[in-house]
Amino acid sequence: MADVKQKPFITIGRQLITPLLAIATAMLITVPIIGFTLNWDWAKVAVTYGGLLDGALFKQYAFANTLVSAIPLMFTGLALALGFRTGVFNIGASGQFLMGATCAVFVGYAIPLPPLIHPLVALIAGAIGGGLWGAIPGFLKARFGSHEVINTIMLNYLAFFLQDWLVKNPMKDPSPTIVRTPEILATAIIPRFYDRLHWGLAIALMAAYGVGWLLSKTTFGFELRTVGSSPEAARYAGMKIGRLTVLSLTLSGALAGLGGAVQILGVDRAMPVLYSSDYGFDAIPVALLGQNQPIGVLLAAVLFGALRNGSDVMQLRSGGAVSKEVIFIVQAVILLFVAAPAIVRWIYRLKLPKSQLETAPLTRGWG
Amino acid sequence: MEEITGFLKLALITATPIALGAYAGILSERAGVVNIAIEGMMLTGALVAQLTAMYLYAPLQAAGIPAAEIASLCLGVIAGILAGALLGGLHSITSIRFKADQIISGTVINLLAWGMTGWIYQRWMTATAPTAPGTFPRIPIPGLRQIPVLGDLLFNHQPIVYTMLLLTGVIHYVLFYTPWGLHVRSVGEHPRAADTVGINVERVRYISTIVGGAIAGLAGVWLTLEQVGSFTLRMSAGRGFIALAAMIFGRWTPLGAFGTSLLFGLGTALQIRAASLASASAGLAMIPTQLYQAIPYLLTIIVLAGFGGKATPPAASGQPYEK
Repeated sequence: MADVKQKPFITIGRQLITPLLAIATAMLITVPIIGFTLNWDWAKVAVTYGGLLDGALFKQYAFANTLVSAIPLMFTGLALALGFRTGVFNIGASGQFLMGATCAVFVGYAIPLPPLIHPLVALIAGAIGGGLWGAIPGFLKARFGSHEVINTIMLNYLAFFLQDWLVKNPMKDPSPTIVRTPEILATAIIPRFYDRLHWGLAIALMAAYGVGWLLSKTTFGFELRTVGSSPEAARYAGMKIGRLTVLSLTLSGALAGLGGAVQILGVDRAMPVLYSSDYGFDAIPVALLGQNQPIGVLLAAVLFGALRNGSDVMQLRSGGAVSKEVIFIVQAVILLFVAAPAIVRWIYRLKLPKSQLETAPLTRGWG
Repeated sequence: MEEITGFLKLALITATPIALGAYAGILSERAGVVNIAIEGMMLTGALVAQLTAMYLYAPLQAAGIPAAEIASLCLGVIAGILAGALLGGLHSITSIRFKADQIISGTVINLLAWGMTGWIYQRWMTATAPTAPGTFPRIPIPGLRQIPVLGDLLFNHQPIVYTMLLLTGVIHYVLFYTPWGLHVRSVGEHPRAADTVGINVERVRYISTIVGGAIAGLAGVWLTLEQVGSFTLRMSAGRGFIALAAMIFGRWTPLGAFGTSLLFGLGTALQIRAASLASASAGLAMIPTQLYQAIPYLLTIIVLAGFGGKATPPAASGQPYEK
């Protein structure tokens, strides 16, 4: 996370050591967990573990599906990374994703528009929905000093209840037996180009480029980062800290909301009750594993997409004995190692450069 | 009158896990360790307690132990507390020994708790699970129970509610009137000064965080062994985070946190009673149930906005101590 410019290849190599060891160790830790679950029947363990790999990579269209699962994580991961780089810990990506999806599905089914313009408007609606949901904790932090970690979590629950009410009442599709919204109009769909893989991938790549550009090439991005890394310096330089805090959470929320919109328009096309919202929590390790760099976040999202799909097949192959929630343990271990490189060094007796041992102040206390 | 005491009693009961969670937060933060993992510790405590009680119930019955139900429930409580303490230990090792970012370390524990509980629940607590012993009975306190109104409100509860009430006083006393409490507070405010006068900063932080974890575990035990009688995935439902809000609003003091928890308890009681209120009046029936469900969460945001900004956390909270 330190800005190092010289000797790019050596730096990249060193930066990769910690994440790669983290991933490898996390994967190894699942072996005894699965083994214990299946009473140390190694043949079954092999089938189950093979399921993890098959589902992630080797089955037909598995990699395309891994990318499909990675797309929402790319957006929420970018949302979190933007937050961390600008000094806010946005645990509310789940709620922002949900509000983005809700706004997009509404534009998708209720407002007839010509093709191309329709998905564009729906995407903008999603970004606005998520952005507003992010602006609330931003405003509360700037105005009242209440910590965004708590407020974003509370807003996740509020988004859930709001969506639940909307889908069961004004947005309910009168015809089907399951409770969900109507399907979006054909004009609003983001088309697929290979199996289930859709053009949302291109939007995610553009978003990643946009985040990188904003943060490293613009004055506004510089101001945002300064508020994040040294608020005192920012205040001394005359930057409007409150306004920047609101904007960074709004932008972060807009990215997550955009992710929700893309998921609706590219994959689900209608929104049921209990619409998936885990993408926000998975985004935390995705952003940190990606070292809060756009390219890193994209790669980490693909890894977590692979784990997600793999864990589904794994649960199936184990005959339901191994819960797919085991994958949270993998994520926790990865996050732990990335957050505290000293642990990796301690386990592997590595000598890491001093710059890697100083964990960057990703978050600040309650202040 | 009957109606009102019933409502207040429900508020006190639902305030229990939030107050316990807040005490857990107070103990670790007063010593300088930010703990956002209370949610995960609660969830884990809930699962481990239920699992233990479930699997010990039948063997204890077979062994002919009298009151096997109560015995298995008590062992469940101990296991749940230990599980919370274990996670408290993990949090303190990563944040004190390895100096990891404490918010991240807390997130790690929350993720770990979701993973572990999901894994154990799926494998050992679904279809083939043995019969569970249910929940703790109410234990009316003889004599005090007979006081009109107050007797039923305060002295006719299940054991963890009493424990919470006791802990409120105990933690207040320990933190503000004992040498140990002075050590904890000094380590959280100014670790270097504490170190200079010979207080072992790391030791105090370890103990405080681990005891906090144990209390968070107990809050989880309330969910399974006092309230529901069974475990469901992610049943802590954000109470650990609400507890943090109660801690902040209560200015990192047990008495303040207790008061705030009661406020959240009232919100929850309102939500639970929403259905019966709605049937009582057509006007109230117009209000969607989701709005009632949202009350505790909305309340948290409003309370933080109103008072959180003015609250000052322990000065060294969140910072690793470098000698």
